[in-house]
Amino acid sequence: MDIFLQQILNGLVLGSVYALVALGYTMVYGILGLINFAHGEVVMIGAMVALTVMNALVSTGLGLPGPLVLMLALLAAMLVCMALGFSVERVAYRPLRKAPRLAPLITAIGLSILLQNIAMLIWGRQYQTVPRLISHESHTIFGATITDLQILILITSTVIMCGLLALVHYTRLGRAMRATSENPTVAGLMGVNINRIISATFVIGSAMAAVAGVLVSANYSIAHYSMGFMLGLKAFTAAVLGGIGNLGGAMLGGLLLGLIESIGAGYIGDVTGGFLGSHYQDVFAFVVLILVLVFRPTGLLGERVAERA
Amino acid sequence: MIYALLERYHRLRDNRHAVWVGYALVAFVLAILPFVVDSGLGRTWVRILDFALLYVLLALGLNIVVGFAGLLDLGYIAFYAVGAYTWALLASPHFDLHLPFWVLIPLCALVAAIFGVLLGTPTLRLRGDYLAIVTLGFGEIIRIFLNNLNAPVNITNGPQGINRIDPMQLGDLSFARTQTLFGLELPSVHLYYYLFLALVLLSIFICIRLQDSRLGRAWVAIREDEVAAQAMGINTRNVKLLAFAMGATFGGVAGGLFASFQGFVSPESFGLLESIMVLCMVVLGGMGHVAGVVLGAILLATLPEVLRHTASPIQQQLFGKVILDPESLRMLLFGLALILVMLLRPAGLWPETTRRRELVSRE
Repeated sequence: MDIFLQQILNGLVLGSVYALVALGYTMVYGILGLINFAHGEVVMIGAMVALTVMNALVSTGLGLPGPLVLMLALLAAMLVCMALGFSVERVAYRPLRKAPRLAPLITAIGLSILLQNIAMLIWGRQYQTVPRLISHESHTIFGATITDLQILILITSTVIMCGLLALVHYTRLGRAMRATSENPTVAGLMGVNINRIISATFVIGSAMAAVAGVLVSANYSIAHYSMGFMLGLKAFTAAVLGGIGNLGGAMLGGLLLGLIESIGAGYIGDVTGGFLGSHYQDVFAFVVLILVLVFRPTGLLGERVAERA
Repeated sequence: MIYALLERYHRLRDNRHAVWVGYALVAFVLAILPFVVDSGLGRTWVRILDFALLYVLLALGLNIVVGFAGLLDLGYIAFYAVGAYTWALLASPHFDLHLPFWVLIPLCALVAAIFGVLLGTPTLRLRGDYLAIVTLGFGEIIRIFLNNLNAPVNITNGPQGINRIDPMQLGDLSFARTQTLFGLELPSVHLYYYLFLALVLLSIFICIRLQDSRLGRAWVAIREDEVAAQAMGINTRNVKLLAFAMGATFGGVAGGLFASFQGFVSPESFGLLESIMVLCMVVLGGMGHVAGVVLGAILLATLPEVLRHTASPIQQQLFGKVILDPESLRMLLFGLALILVMLLRPAGLWPETTRRRELVSRE
């Protein structure tokens, strides 16, 4: 039982990171109706920038307290990623807004390759170790252990998600975003500056991606130039699972996917009698994705149909 | 300028005699190419040519799916992997099976086609970007399975891959050794060159015939407007499945040839980047245009090799050290090329005429 509880805890931690990234996908999809393929790379850049800032601050020898360093690193990562998200939209999507639907997808793939390789040039091919700034002291709840860092991840992501929901539902900007996703042309006629709203969407999504990148690299104590790709794919799966274009859906989908992965990886060996092991963890996301798209293309909470004729 | 050249090319094409002279010239160049390259640049370059031909095969196959039918497939390399592993498992000491090529090639094609249908069936209802992601996932699933199916029953030999795969053998003619035919010395790479060339020419012929066939026109109709195509009485489900299966067939055959040529396969050769590279070839060359795709494949398959031989010395001279290794330079350029081509020449370097007309009239 305690193993089961442990898997659930791990799944929730992983899932809340997925949820943060999935929100970025779902917001862009809601407004532009396209998949921002480069989003995973934004997560990676966030993690890498934060790592650089942490290392720089730690090596100054000022003896700054760990949480403060983490905060500063997070801030820097968010700023860089917001700028990056803004330029991604400018370069890859805006010029092609009226082009056939394959075109922006292909530029996004190109951008994703470009960002990965630039990151590799800057930070190198090897895995980077993230300094431990928050105590990894563990607590035991009903036989399952949870570290301070994991608690921090859960709290941070909950706060951010609540903040986003408040932003979208109770502010002027949020209302404009909802209007744009409903119908861009009409929203434009009503005086909404569509281009600004789209930019804002990318910037907000990228800021959340930066947070996710910092959290996930701190959790595994590791960062790598290729880390964003798989994470991005899984987050996209989470967004589809919850219902693409739906904020609550992205959160639910993220948490569910995290749970499915960690429970699945924990028990697949027992279920298949040792034929398939936990190294098939990455397969779960894709199987879930295919099943959802086949049986319930709207996702769990979505009204929007995933296929667009 | 390119359009002016194309115009001249089209005018030339209307002249019957010029066309035949052109064909004869091309045939002559293709026939002596390995010998020229061998004496001029060395044997490694003939090998590079062989690989370029394999990439042409792959790009032609992907062109059926992406270019003709407009279904973005990001996991195309999975079919290449399926073909390569089919060959490797049935013609190597791994299971101690040594089937002849005339059983293996159709088998590779068949197995890949089955996988194509397997992938196509659940994804048929999806369009555009969803399809892209699902196919990408499919490609990764295949790779993960190839990587891990060595325990508890050793099927694929895991990350180590399968080696000592039988070389191609046509009757008594083994491709592993230098052979003398009609007084000509043909080293192994030359033999493979002619085999691959023959298959590429056959594939080009098939693709061109397909393009104007009833099926080809149905694909284009689906690409342009699926609803309208359906209204015109096209069974979109079957036609799309056929696109997947036919594209996969090309990939499977290319994979089988790759396995016999290389003598070794491992999951590493079938990563996502390879899928993207083949996609680049199709997009860069001109989606849906057979000649453009061939051009794209040859360019992208040989340019990295040129880079490998020139980039490091040039950097050495300019900066005194190698800043960008050729591998990352290649990927950087790929990424950049995808973006620039889409922004500046969305129909590719050598677009199909109808496509070009559409794009010009839209402006």
